[in-house]
Amino acid sequence: MSEAFDLLVDQPFFKGMTEDQIRVVAETATPVSYREGEFIFFEGGKADSCFLILDGGVALGLEKPGHGPTAILTLHAGDLLGWSWLYPPYRWSYNAHIHVDTKAIRFDGPRLKEAADADPVLGYELMKRFTDMLVKRMQSIRIQLLDVYSTPR
Amino acid sequence: MWPLVPYTRASQDGEVTAPLVIDREGVDALIGELINRGYEVVGPTVRGQTILYDTITSTGDLPVGIRDRQEAGTYRLEKRDDDALFGYVVGPQSWKQFLTPPGTVFWKGLRTEDGFETVAPEEPPKYAFFGARPCDVAAMKIQDDVYLPIEDGLYTSRRKRSFTVAVNCTEPASTCFCASMGTGPDVNEGYDIALTEVLSGGQHYFLAEAGSDEGTDVLAALAARDARDEEVVKARRLVVHAADQMGRKLETDGLKDLLYANLENPYWAEIGERCLSCTNCTMVCPTCFCSTVEDRQALDGSSAERVRTWDSCFTLDFSYIHGGAVRSSAGARYRQWLTHKLASWQDQFDSIGCVGCGRCIAWCPVGIDITKEVAAIRERDIRLVSVGTPIVKEAASE
Amino acid sequence: MHPVPCRVHSVVRELEDTFTLELDPPGDGWEFAPGQFTMLYAFGIGEVPISISGDPSDSSRIVQTIRAVGPVTDALTAVSPGDFVGVRGPYGTSWPTGSAEGRDLLIITGGIGLAPLRPAILEVLDHRDRYDNITLLYGARSPGELLFAEELQEWRGRFDLEVLITVDRGDQVWRGPVGVVTSLIGRASFDPESAVAFVCGPEIMMRFTIQELLSRGFTDDRLHISMERNMKCGIGLCGHCQLGPFFVCKDGPIFRCSEMGDTCWTREV
Repeated sequence: MSEAFDLLVDQPFFKGMTEDQIRVVAETATPVSYREGEFIFFEGGKADSCFLILDGGVALGLEKPGHGPTAILTLHAGDLLGWSWLYPPYRWSYNAHIHVDTKAIRFDGPRLKEAADADPVLGYELMKRFTDMLVKRMQSIRIQLLDVYSTPR
Repeated sequence: MWPLVPYTRASQDGEVTAPLVIDREGVDALIGELINRGYEVVGPTVRGQTILYDTITSTGDLPVGIRDRQEAGTYRLEKRDDDALFGYVVGPQSWKQFLTPPGTVFWKGLRTEDGFETVAPEEPPKYAFFGARPCDVAAMKIQDDVYLPIEDGLYTSRRKRSFTVAVNCTEPASTCFCASMGTGPDVNEGYDIALTEVLSGGQHYFLAEAGSDEGTDVLAALAARDARDEEVVKARRLVVHAADQMGRKLETDGLKDLLYANLENPYWAEIGERCLSCTNCTMVCPTCFCSTVEDRQALDGSSAERVRTWDSCFTLDFSYIHGGAVRSSAGARYRQWLTHKLASWQDQFDSIGCVGCGRCIAWCPVGIDITKEVAAIRERDIRLVSVGTPIVKEAASE
Repeated sequence: MHPVPCRVHSVVRELEDTFTLELDPPGDGWEFAPGQFTMLYAFGIGEVPISISGDPSDSSRIVQTIRAVGPVTDALTAVSPGDFVGVRGPYGTSWPTGSAEGRDLLIITGGIGLAPLRPAILEVLDHRDRYDNITLLYGARSPGELLFAEELQEWRGRFDLEVLITVDRGDQVWRGPVGVVTSLIGRASFDPESAVAFVCGPEIMMRFTIQELLSRGFTDDRLHISMERNMKCGIGLCGHCQLGPFFVCKDGPIFRCSEMGDTCWTREV
């Protein structure tokens, strides 16, 4: 068994998928680690992968002139990072800045897409998991937008 | 329905007293006896174009020979062709005017070395509520459940020392629906003396019955004689007849569940478009108890007072929490008022908070009618009617 | 129903607009249960409900944390030691700490919602051995708007309490999580089948948190929240605080979610 398969099989993200399906996904996966202060990717860069965070903290943000990197959202163990690889123009929308030393699994975007195209059942299983994450994140951002803790005067 | 026999009532103290008969002079004597006993007698009297409650000293102060015509958004006084003392029903005021007078000083505060001290207000007068309709007697019982358990300072002393002369209804207004609410037209409990006015065939007498020991004592001081059987039957018949004459009805069956299930009914917004949020319905309602306090301070800061006054769930301020009002739409405020009265009141106090007096109907400037709105919600019950209109594609013409 | 004058012992500015008052209680002692509130009176200006933020085991002071958002709270936060404010109470229901004994306790709060939970936190830490994992999840607007920041730091240093803090908006020096407080739930250790949760914050945040906890296997009989409504009397009389069938002042402010019913989550109720 590959190292990647062993890691993936224990992840709640893949719960409910068959070992065969996880094995196919594992073939596109590489374990990676990052040190605090590093960037995984930059806004505008070529997006060809996504990441399942195993440990640590990654801040998604944009550079604001005079303000340095501003975090919009931080991602932690169990979170999926990166959607831009799925859709044209395949460019990152944010900077991914390592807040805390991080371990993650990197998936090769084109190969994962290829596997999903070849096996729509696998593709559907993956898509269900992606959209679940996306919906939850979108809902959270909406709450953030409401600025619920501001002083109501 | 009540049996058409000359039955006698048991008072709350368990005593059974025989009905007595008095005439107009006897009613005057009754007012006099109450004054002698130290009561400030307040009863219906004409003020401007309405009947209000104010201090009375004789039957001459009552609206003798006056009738009120009431409809949704309408209240008019007219002359009767007789000398009835109680030939009208209820005006805009109820007895809460005296039991929780708006703008009453709750306490006064004086600055001292140790911060401040508070002083309770003076003892209020002893009131005799003269001419209270059965719906209003029921309303007082309902307010008792709000104020008495917490021994509210302003209410308790006024209520416990009060004396109630109830008058059974024989001619309901078109806005009346006490029969639906089980509160009238015959007074059931909560009175010291109950009168029934009989005016027919040249006869004019009052059936007088005691509902408490003090009521018995007061009646004993009058030159009253025992009622003859036919006099009792006649009086009872008039009251029974009044129940059939009610102009309106409110179906109470399953009311709580209906309203709780229909909080999101779009119909509330429709009412909200008509409602002016003027608060009239809450001011005239004999059971509405919501209040607010106003803190005032002397210019030099040496003293302060807290004044309690009536409040209304129809104002934006009522539900204001920092940032804004919880109920910002008129529809939501009407919904709060109506569901409180008819549904959540049952959870809070084990009774319905409406006695069917019809005041809110008559005094609504746009004629919103609680009985009609409940019927409309029943008709549009969202548990039975689906929301949204299906779009049907029209068939292609030949 | 008359406010009792209490001497202001100290005033601490917690945040730009938030202050903690320590008052000398009237008489010998002062008892309250975590989650309860008082009606605080500024002489001649008015009275407002304020949650008690002190240590329930300390009867020598009344501690209240106030955010200045209107005329009365402005006056209450402008006092100096030696001044007097009026106190009525304590009123209302309390956090059912007993129901969490022998279980994991999850305390989820946001903004100034930490104030009414502080007494509960101090109480459970006082009897730490009665509980399994205790987790505090706290969301604030920004790193500069963390209430009781020093104490949070201290709690974070304890080995018997897990503290996770997130902010809606980070800044250049903030290295902690950015996002809503519910995003921390996945990182807390608790058994969703038996844990108890106390939630206090803006209503939207509480509703969102309840949904997240339910989706994780919590049942609503173990979820407790603190509600806020306009109050004039504090004793179920003035009618202002009605929330469906409840008077928030006496049936709440702490409610068990399973007892509230859908009525309470209807728009504009």
